[in-house]
Amino acid sequence: MFKKALLAGVAVSALTAGSAMAEGISGDKVVIGVLTDLSSVYADVAGKGSIVAVELAVEDFGGTVLGKPIEVVSADHQNKPDIASNIAREWIDAKGVDVITDLVTSSVGLAVQGIGGEKGVVTINSGAATVRLTQKECTATGFHWIYDTYALAHVTAPAVISGGGDSWYIITADYAFGHSLEADATQVIKDMGATLVGSVRHPFPSADLSSFLLQAQASGAKVVGLANAGQDTINSVKQASEFGIVAGGQKLVALLAFLSDIHSIGLELGQGLNVTTGFYWDMDDETRAFSKKFFDKFGKMPTMVQAADYSSTLHYLKAVAAAGTDDGVTVAAKMKEMPIEDAVIHHGTIAANGGVIHDMYLMEVKKPEESTGEWDLYKLVKTVPGAEAFQDPKASGCALVQ
Amino acid sequence: MSVKYSTTPSGTVTGRLAGKASLIIGAILIVALLAAPYVLYPAFVMKALCFALFACAFNLMLGFVGLLSFGHAAFFGAAAYATGYAAKFWGLTPELAILFGGVVGGGFGFIFGWVAIRRQGIYFAMITLALSQMVFFLALQVTGITGGEDGLQGVPRGDFLGLISLEDPLAMYYFVVAVFLVCFAFIWRIVNSPFGAVLKSIRENEPRAISLGYNVDRFKLIAFTLSAALTGIAGGTKSISVQLASLTDIQWQMSGEVILMTLLGGVGTLVGPAVGATLVVSLENFLATSGLPVTTVIGVIFVVCVLAFRRGIVGEFNAFLGRRKH
Repeated sequence: MFKKALLAGVAVSALTAGSAMAEGISGDKVVIGVLTDLSSVYADVAGKGSIVAVELAVEDFGGTVLGKPIEVVSADHQNKPDIASNIAREWIDAKGVDVITDLVTSSVGLAVQGIGGEKGVVTINSGAATVRLTQKECTATGFHWIYDTYALAHVTAPAVISGGGDSWYIITADYAFGHSLEADATQVIKDMGATLVGSVRHPFPSADLSSFLLQAQASGAKVVGLANAGQDTINSVKQASEFGIVAGGQKLVALLAFLSDIHSIGLELGQGLNVTTGFYWDMDDETRAFSKKFFDKFGKMPTMVQAADYSSTLHYLKAVAAAGTDDGVTVAAKMKEMPIEDAVIHHGTIAANGGVIHDMYLMEVKKPEESTGEWDLYKLVKTVPGAEAFQDPKASGCALVQ
Repeated sequence: MSVKYSTTPSGTVTGRLAGKASLIIGAILIVALLAAPYVLYPAFVMKALCFALFACAFNLMLGFVGLLSFGHAAFFGAAAYATGYAAKFWGLTPELAILFGGVVGGGFGFIFGWVAIRRQGIYFAMITLALSQMVFFLALQVTGITGGEDGLQGVPRGDFLGLISLEDPLAMYYFVVAVFLVCFAFIWRIVNSPFGAVLKSIRENEPRAISLGYNVDRFKLIAFTLSAALTGIAGGTKSISVQLASLTDIQWQMSGEVILMTLLGGVGTLVGPAVGATLVVSLENFLATSGLPVTTVIGVIFVVCVLAFRRGIVGEFNAFLGRRKH
């Protein structure tokens, strides 16, 4: 009799815990969904490496949280937001996925963050660049990890200007991402009293940028800024080298370039290029140790997106352990309370709008003779503190910020 | 790129299917559609239905008029944006927003058709492609409406007729099923009408249709506009059910995808495109979590289909039935 009553009591308490979702682990495991681009243009920047990074984070965390196993699932969104949103919904509704990470491509990032907000599931963007994620479209459970368009402009431009580059010519990819980078950079240039000699917009995507580069070269500006991304940036840098823009004394600045881009451009053509990044493997012992583990598993050094996947997964798991539950809203609140402290981000904080604030770095691509190995690509020009690099959350227009 | 379908005499196909067998098959399909959300994930079936409608509308041109349009993504995408915008910013109810999408698709279709309809084969395909690229770049630039590469996000599902909330997944699902069935019935009616017979005669022998006194250009323009309007309804329904419209919908790859769906299923058959669309959407969805390279696998399947069964899945099935009868 007593045993029966006890059983009933346990059953009731289990039921109430389940319905309130306040305590414990749903489905008896924590499921991390890596939603990335495995077959299209961002497969090098994120892709398989992102899955490896998340698995590495789970391994480093110990494989279990609160005594329950951690499972990693992954899917290829093929750069199509409707596929991404279908997978995200199915993961949440049917597969018990507790957190969705990576989300490279801004249309995918915004769509999945919206779904996560609606369903109270944590979403972590480390691939998408758009600053809208932490502005009007911010959600209580949405996070934006390593970089955004605001930071790209506000790290690069001030650092280059204070280094003497006080006249600019900007080459912009003619779509929203390029426009927003150009607008931010132009504002910084004006605010700091430098001059914008001119700017030109190239169609997106573009294989031949020679006429735009020649205009930039003829303008006599000290700095040529590239407000484009991916293959456009790679083409710009290669062709700029053919026209001898850097050799002619102008400074070439890519507002967004990933380690994988520079690796494929090579030092011969890329030398002297300035880039902004939130992570580089060869910074200190911790970053080197993490990157070496990553390299052993994957055969490439991590890009900042992949490093961000590692950092965000680790931080999420720490928050689950601290909160004692995997309920999305509770964990998200915990994540914002805790400082970020790991091999990728040292001394980071998370603002109420979900934006991660941490140091950003301005790098210069090494000359071939300075490099000691295949992945020895950057030298540090300047470290920019998070408060200067990222938008003041109060000015973001996010309703969660008081 | 002159496309010949005399191997699939669609007249006999529809004639045969118009009989008892088609009624039974149709009833089974409808029951399957009604029961599907209890077996499959509804969001996935909804998307498959939207693309099935898209492919059926496209097939109206390729299968029954014999004109290969390479610009249908423009109608699909423009309507997706129009519907999304109307639902989000004007607060239109979903059925009105989708109708608005259909009108926008049809409007673009009329303009495209008016420019392109006098050409055939590769020229027709290229003109429609060029026009749809213009619409694509418009969508890329008019970020106030489309959101550029961020897409138009957070489209509300709203209340059907202002009464039934479509936030409920099942309500949304049956709404999409209803839209699909109504449009499919409409396409069936077009194909089996005297108007449809004229279209098929144009496909088989255009000079002869002219000599019989038909104003061929006008028939083609009407068919093109209808096809675009139905495509628009498909795009609008997609943007309400998936709750977003993005550049993927309006990119030229989408025009290619719908050709792929139609050819896989069976061009010139009524249900073929729907089968092809379901197949492609399922592959995209299920391969996504498999770790296989999605685009490569779909490419291989397409090559195999084209080599092994040229008439498409349903086309081959019909031919098989035909052979057994004789």
